[in-house]
Amino acid sequence: MTRPHSPVSLTTGLIGLIVIVLIAAACGNDDNGGDTGSLADSAEITDETADSPTDDGEAIGPGETTDETAESSQYATTGGNELPADPSGITLLTHDSFALSDETLAAFTAQTGIEVTLLQAGDTGTMVAEAILTAGNPLGDVMFGVDNTFLARALNAELFEPYESPNLADVPDVFKLDPQNRVTPIDFGDVCVNYWTDALPADPPTTLEDLTAPEFAGQLVVQNPETSSPGLAFLLATIAGTDDWEQFWADLKDNGVAVTAGWEDAYYGEFISGGGERSMVVSYASSPPAEVIYASPPIDTPPTGVLLDSCFRQIEFAGILSGTDHLAEAQALIDFMLTPTFQDDVPLNMFVFPVADSATLPQAFVDHAQTADDPLFVDPADIEAHRDEWTDRWVEIVLG
Amino acid sequence: MDGPVGRDRSRIAGLAARWVAVGVPTVFLTVFFIYPIGAILWRGLGEEGLGPMSDLFASPRTRGVVWFTVWQALASTVITLLAALPAAALVSRMRGRRRHLIRGLITVPFVLPTVVVAGAFEGVFFRLGLDQGDFRMRHTVWAILLAHVFFNYSVVVRIVGSFWSGLDHRLEEQARVLGAGPLRTFWAVTLPRLRPAIASACAIVFLFSFTSFGVILLLGGPRRATVETEIYRQAVTRGELRSAAALALLQLFTVLALIAVATRLERRQPAPTGVAHRPPKPLRRAFRWANLAVMAVLLGAPIAILVERSLAVGNGYGFDHYLALTERVPQLPASAATALSTSLVFATAATAMALTVGTLTAFVVVYGRLSLRRMFDLGLTLPLGTSAVTIGFGILIALDEPPLDLRTSWWIIPVAHALVGTPFVVRTMVPVLRRIDPQIREAAAVLGASPNRVRRLIDLPIAGRGMLVGAGFAFAVSLGEFGATSFLPRRPDTLTAPLALFRLLSTPGELLRGQAMALAVVLMGIVALSVVAIEANRTSYELGPGFGVGSFRRCAGRRQRVAEHL
Repeated sequence: MTRPHSPVSLTTGLIGLIVIVLIAAACGNDDNGGDTGSLADSAEITDETADSPTDDGEAIGPGETTDETAESSQYATTGGNELPADPSGITLLTHDSFALSDETLAAFTAQTGIEVTLLQAGDTGTMVAEAILTAGNPLGDVMFGVDNTFLARALNAELFEPYESPNLADVPDVFKLDPQNRVTPIDFGDVCVNYWTDALPADPPTTLEDLTAPEFAGQLVVQNPETSSPGLAFLLATIAGTDDWEQFWADLKDNGVAVTAGWEDAYYGEFISGGGERSMVVSYASSPPAEVIYASPPIDTPPTGVLLDSCFRQIEFAGILSGTDHLAEAQALIDFMLTPTFQDDVPLNMFVFPVADSATLPQAFVDHAQTADDPLFVDPADIEAHRDEWTDRWVEIVLG
Repeated sequence: MDGPVGRDRSRIAGLAARWVAVGVPTVFLTVFFIYPIGAILWRGLGEEGLGPMSDLFASPRTRGVVWFTVWQALASTVITLLAALPAAALVSRMRGRRRHLIRGLITVPFVLPTVVVAGAFEGVFFRLGLDQGDFRMRHTVWAILLAHVFFNYSVVVRIVGSFWSGLDHRLEEQARVLGAGPLRTFWAVTLPRLRPAIASACAIVFLFSFTSFGVILLLGGPRRATVETEIYRQAVTRGELRSAAALALLQLFTVLALIAVATRLERRQPAPTGVAHRPPKPLRRAFRWANLAVMAVLLGAPIAILVERSLAVGNGYGFDHYLALTERVPQLPASAATALSTSLVFATAATAMALTVGTLTAFVVVYGRLSLRRMFDLGLTLPLGTSAVTIGFGILIALDEPPLDLRTSWWIIPVAHALVGTPFVVRTMVPVLRRIDPQIREAAAVLGASPNRVRRLIDLPIAGRGMLVGAGFAFAVSLGEFGATSFLPRRPDTLTAPLALFRLLSTPGELLRGQAMALAVVLMGIVALSVVAIEANRTSYELGPGFGVGSFRRCAGRRQRVAEHL
């Protein structure tokens, strides 16, 4: 039974395996060649058609509505282009945080005849990476959820077809970050320092600089911007909101700031909410209403408050993926995302705020959520250009 | 009895069987692993070849990361082995229901998402005062090692324990009669004979620790990085596919080298031993209790914290969070209960695939041509040591066109799970197959059985236990799989339980957190029951203590049965 012992065969096995990998890789190469070609092609098409949907949108958009309810009749719901007689189903590529009431997408299907299939692809970073990998042969027709921290990367990769939805008229200009309308703003959220009001050792902080004060020593927990989206947002907040962000973080470190890898272990690990000992955490402006809505036992006022001076604004966009065969349907979906049906449904499902002026906030948000009047902001192109350099520097200062 | 026609037919059957045994695993591995991995590596490195790699490897950061990855995985493996070997001894002597129960219970950690385990460990640290001070555990490498022991304990106990229970203990008895103490007996007589199973188990523990992701980030603190977390950072956070691919290639080669070493250890084995007459002497009571105490503290404490959290409602306790599992919360596209049933369907499909591919592979590894053996052994273990990002992204770009446009098909999820489950089946079956007493086979052959028939009537039933242990793992792996699943685009109706759990924990609020904990506890209960059910489902070929060759009488009975079949 004892097997003869031969080192030669082991090597043979290794070599064989490597050969197979290389052959497979070579096959992969052919595919890539094809992909790159089609990407280039679609980019040209993008340029040619860049203007036409806009004109169509203005001309046809509002008049094309088939919805009969008074509320949404002023919004385009069928896309800038006329829908084909028999519209086909489309796929909405989105991140794992995407959530809506069951009725919402059903309402879109009822209005337009377009079935929407959801495809969820991990966190925002993963989704963008996957969209870039599959550019030219996209996973879906519309992508929802790319935010301003990943926007430049997605735009540089030429993922989207430009489309100016007529419903954009209802959206404040401050949200429109792409002049070419390759992406359409849908919702926003503020990443801010939250505090557990009863556990604060002093009066609540009002400025970013307060966080470095001795009375708040050992109270704040933040996320590593290399592994966490709110962590990166807060780093950007300090870059936009302090005179010398490197010094600010050195001071924070001296003041005993704690760092976790992600939001979950910060909020539920270090922060008092989950049994930890720190009274301040980087979270969202919508966290206080969530604390009320999902409280057990029920409570009337949130146990947490928000340091509005520390808020970085994340805007989430939707875009039509280049390479789609269903342009008209995709445009109709973008239009729909700006109607009250969609916008009103966003807060209680995704805990973000609608961008449309006409949207109505749910009572829990009216009562318990605050957004910054003057949120901190960094240009998406700057974020993409400097992200690695900033996070590297941050790691040196805070973790070094 | 055999005419020329019969011989021809049996030769054709033999040939066909060989083709199936070699073909099925080859196609599975090539389509779902080698081709996707090749495609993603080529996409990342194709244009500039290995040029970017030299920069990457020259950087002290990368070298530090590789070093840390390897040593923490080695340390995790050694500590897990030391902690779990006594329990393997205990389990190897248990019989019947108690044994199933223990083996089922210790598999529980396997399905727990790391985000939950990390939370539970931090809870334990807080309660024991280990979160700060001189004996600080949290955010240290000790926390990482402890969590790896927690996750992998059952790998060693189950693989080594099931192998151990088939060893002929008369050798030990003889050693004791000759005056050797228990430790010396273990060291000189038992351990060498356990080596194939230990090598198998260690290879799996090592690879699991090597590619560990959540444990490193959550328990190790923000400073820790391994090759696995670096691949994610480069591919997702930074969008640097080239660096990610370079790291993935580095990971691949490291794993290949290490598997090669492990395979060699596994191959050095003693001649098969004789047949056990009667059950071994029971272990000392103190040893038994000490073992159970270790299990209770190591596995029990974090799990107890989870159970407690799942029952905490408001200021008291209740089952509200469990009842809430059937209702859909906005954060989830389906209710948690639906996600659980989806997970069960996926786990069943993944286990069936892993069993088919794994069993065929094990036969090729043991009986195949020499060069095939090594390739299969290496190839089918490789997915366990490959980053979830690499596998997920690879499938995404490789299987994107007809006839293999599988990237958004729900099938791809159980397939990805089966990739991880297959090595377990292979690694549990190979040591058992290798040990089968050739006398039985010879007996069958003398009685005129074709090699295929010998395999079907002798090898398969005897290796059945290894197969079931492997199946239990494949099932548990699929139920708990998070990484590869989260890198594959999914339709909302394919939400799995671990992903649902993660979503529940991403919005603040006690109700959501309580529901997440309840979901974790239900998941644990399901895996414990499933493993018990899978392992209790013995075939009639089960032959008792002596790994199926329990007693001479039974052995004779087997020969009789073989003769009857012919």
